[in-house]
Amino acid sequence: MATLVRPAARPLTSLPRSQAMTGLWSWIITVDHKRIAVLYGATAFIMFLLGGIEALIMRLQLATPNGQVVDADTFNQLFTMHGTTMIFLVIMPLSVAFFNYIVPLQIGARDVAFPRLNALSYWIFLAGGIFINLGWLIGQAPDAGWFGYANLTEKPYAMGLNTDFWLLGLQILGIASILGSLNFFVTIVNLRAPGMRMMRMPVFCWMTMVTNILMLLAFPVITVALVLLMFDRQFGTHFYIPSGGGDPQLWVHLFWVFGHPEVYILILPAMGIVSQVLPTFSRKPLFGTPFVIYSGIAIAFLSFGVWAHHMFAQGLGPTADAAFAFSTMAIAVPTGVKIFNWIGTMYRGQLHFTTAMLFSVGFIAMFIIGGLSGVMHASPPADLQQNNTYFIVAHFHYVLFGGAIMGLFSGIYYWYPKTIGRLMNEKLGKWHFWLMMLGFNLTFFPMHWIGLDGMPRRVYTYPEGMGWDSYNMAETIGAFVIAVSILIFMYNAVWSMRHGAVAGNDPWDARTLEWSIPSPPPHYNFEEIPVVTAMDDWWHKKYGDTGHEAAHGAPAAPPAMAGASVDHDVHTEHAGHGGGGHHIHMPDPSYFPIILAFGMFVMALGVITNYWICLVGFCFVFAAIYGWSFEPVSAPEPPSGSAESHPVHETPRTPVAAH
Amino acid sequence: MAVEAAPNPVVAAEHTSTGLNHRKVLMWTFLGSECMFFASLISNFQVQRGRSLNGPYPDDVINIPFTSISTFSLLMSSLMMVLALAAIQRNDVRGLKIWLLACAFLGTLFLGGQFFEFTQFVAEKGLKLSTNLFGASFFVLTGFHGTHVTIGVIWLISLYFAAARGRITVKDSLSVELAGLYWHFVDIVWVAIFTIVYLLKV
Repeated sequence: MATLVRPAARPLTSLPRSQAMTGLWSWIITVDHKRIAVLYGATAFIMFLLGGIEALIMRLQLATPNGQVVDADTFNQLFTMHGTTMIFLVIMPLSVAFFNYIVPLQIGARDVAFPRLNALSYWIFLAGGIFINLGWLIGQAPDAGWFGYANLTEKPYAMGLNTDFWLLGLQILGIASILGSLNFFVTIVNLRAPGMRMMRMPVFCWMTMVTNILMLLAFPVITVALVLLMFDRQFGTHFYIPSGGGDPQLWVHLFWVFGHPEVYILILPAMGIVSQVLPTFSRKPLFGTPFVIYSGIAIAFLSFGVWAHHMFAQGLGPTADAAFAFSTMAIAVPTGVKIFNWIGTMYRGQLHFTTAMLFSVGFIAMFIIGGLSGVMHASPPADLQQNNTYFIVAHFHYVLFGGAIMGLFSGIYYWYPKTIGRLMNEKLGKWHFWLMMLGFNLTFFPMHWIGLDGMPRRVYTYPEGMGWDSYNMAETIGAFVIAVSILIFMYNAVWSMRHGAVAGNDPWDARTLEWSIPSPPPHYNFEEIPVVTAMDDWWHKKYGDTGHEAAHGAPAAPPAMAGASVDHDVHTEHAGHGGGGHHIHMPDPSYFPIILAFGMFVMALGVITNYWICLVGFCFVFAAIYGWSFEPVSAPEPPSGSAESHPVHETPRTPVAAH
Repeated sequence: MAVEAAPNPVVAAEHTSTGLNHRKVLMWTFLGSECMFFASLISNFQVQRGRSLNGPYPDDVINIPFTSISTFSLLMSSLMMVLALAAIQRNDVRGLKIWLLACAFLGTLFLGGQFFEFTQFVAEKGLKLSTNLFGASFFVLTGFHGTHVTIGVIWLISLYFAAARGRITVKDSLSVELAGLYWHFVDIVWVAIFTIVYLLKV
């Protein structure tokens, strides 16, 4: 909707509404991609703490044999919500926070293609996140595992509201993900700065685009799976119920057709971040950039053909097992290509081990371990041994915690100065990194052994004398070490907001466009849309075509960028506008996104209480869509506006928004 | 004069990297996502085919001639949509209004046919959502399609009223085109559903 052709009508002197406003309300109605990124990041971090507390309680329970901290029922809720929270409410939204903040800056855009849709994605995500956690309030949090296998989620076996919170919450989150990925796909395809061809685009944007394509294609499948489950539970159908002729296997297929692309949705953004951080701190271009990009595409393509490796233990037969074993091993190839490229980037580079760099290197190391154990259970006979044991838990924590979370922390340390304008404290950062590395490996490495020794996952306790006691105690200690490292991170993040060293535009002497503008960036990002002439364009602007050679002599501090930004200022002044971006016309804030999201929340509440409440929620949704459709992207001119504003009123708004 | 020179993101958005309007790319991308949605629903229908433990079975309830007529009206509505777009592209608002109404009318006719079919199945043939797997997968699949058609009809009627109030001119033909893309997509999905659900016997 942001694209309807509307002549600039605002007098040059007036500020955009969203800039003039501060306080809570301005955050509620914001459509600024940077503010939405902060909202996503803050929400995801709160959820991270919540999911972490759930993990700590589980670790306390498992620290000793026959633990008495929680009962079996609570334990089920804890591991279900830990998985669901970490996947859908932490890693995904934290990645989306980076998409929001970084992608428009890296491609030289002033905002995303559809700013209001962007706000809508956030508010729907928040509604879904709250809804899925509502179960805690009545002691009926979801308890059937994050992949909610049918029969466990069906009526005779799950009579409470637990599963309803889960399936409705996930449907809401799915809508948020699809809307968000539509937006970012269009933004990346269509809003690149002049000269930024696809192959000049930073790898982070590439991985964002690939991730969003995966979301667009994977989330409809889980939506259908959840809708069928909802019909089973609410309206008496038998899609997954064998007694009515249905097939629980159908759920498993549908879930993993979504679920396997989902794990790449979780890891590809972190891979993109690492692909930005490593070249910056190796002071070399990313080694074999096209290979990294094509590998990302290959991973995305193959990820739709590997889902049945989650089902080796379910008896698909030798043909299917062999085919999916092959495709699963094949997907390790492009992943390996990326790892070699990252190592090749560091090879003979001028390495600067900042905290961001440490997290990226940690990502590579931990992800290799997780990847290797993943290839191990690509083999069906091996998988039959490992299935449902702590070995699997070890594997996916190495790829999702050691991989995705490490990558995301790397991104936080890397882009924090861009967001806040101040550097994070490196000493505290290094404490955070090393404690987290220590705690992480102490927690998850022993799980390989106890898993191969047969300790089953999702079991709330275990008897004495199995030989697992000391390992489990070590894991619990490790989990608390991770918790301490997170506390250090939080202290660092808050401390650095006030006391960190002032960052300047380009504290890392980095390579991509976001470092060419002030930190924090102004509301409109770019005073003048940059013209891109090369991959790593900012580096080329600083050091010229021989940037690579110049790099070896270049100091770590940013020397060259002051001149460049002066050029920009001169140019704009020459155009007669002056600084401050007053002439830049940004889309106005809107309160319809939050109303629409609220309506969805009420609708979901209605499904589990009374269908009439559903109707009330629907009225909110309907009203919001209509209001949205007729709302101009920018508010009409006040009567005092000059004659130039007339074209605005003549340009009609049409009710075209289906979304 | 400075106003025209100002870099306006809204105007700047006209100069897109691909040359295509954002909303058009958005709509095509959305339809791509929708393909996966309907593919999953149709797959579910196919997986459940022949698994019903009790009647009524498809042969007992499906009335191909009746549904052929409502299918015809939906297909014709796509023609009306094309004419509506062609009209506004030559700035013929009157034509736009006529063809939009015709399109919405034919869409409503299709929905009426579906409503009649559903009530007949439930009341006379005893096929409910919970009766058997055929009923469940049939009602869910065609019901979701019908919901899409309903949204489309509301969209068309909204466009009609916007046109009646003079809010749509040749410059806004994209708005009509987007509704058209959606409408044709829903139509094509019905062609697949009609073939698979009604015509295929295996």
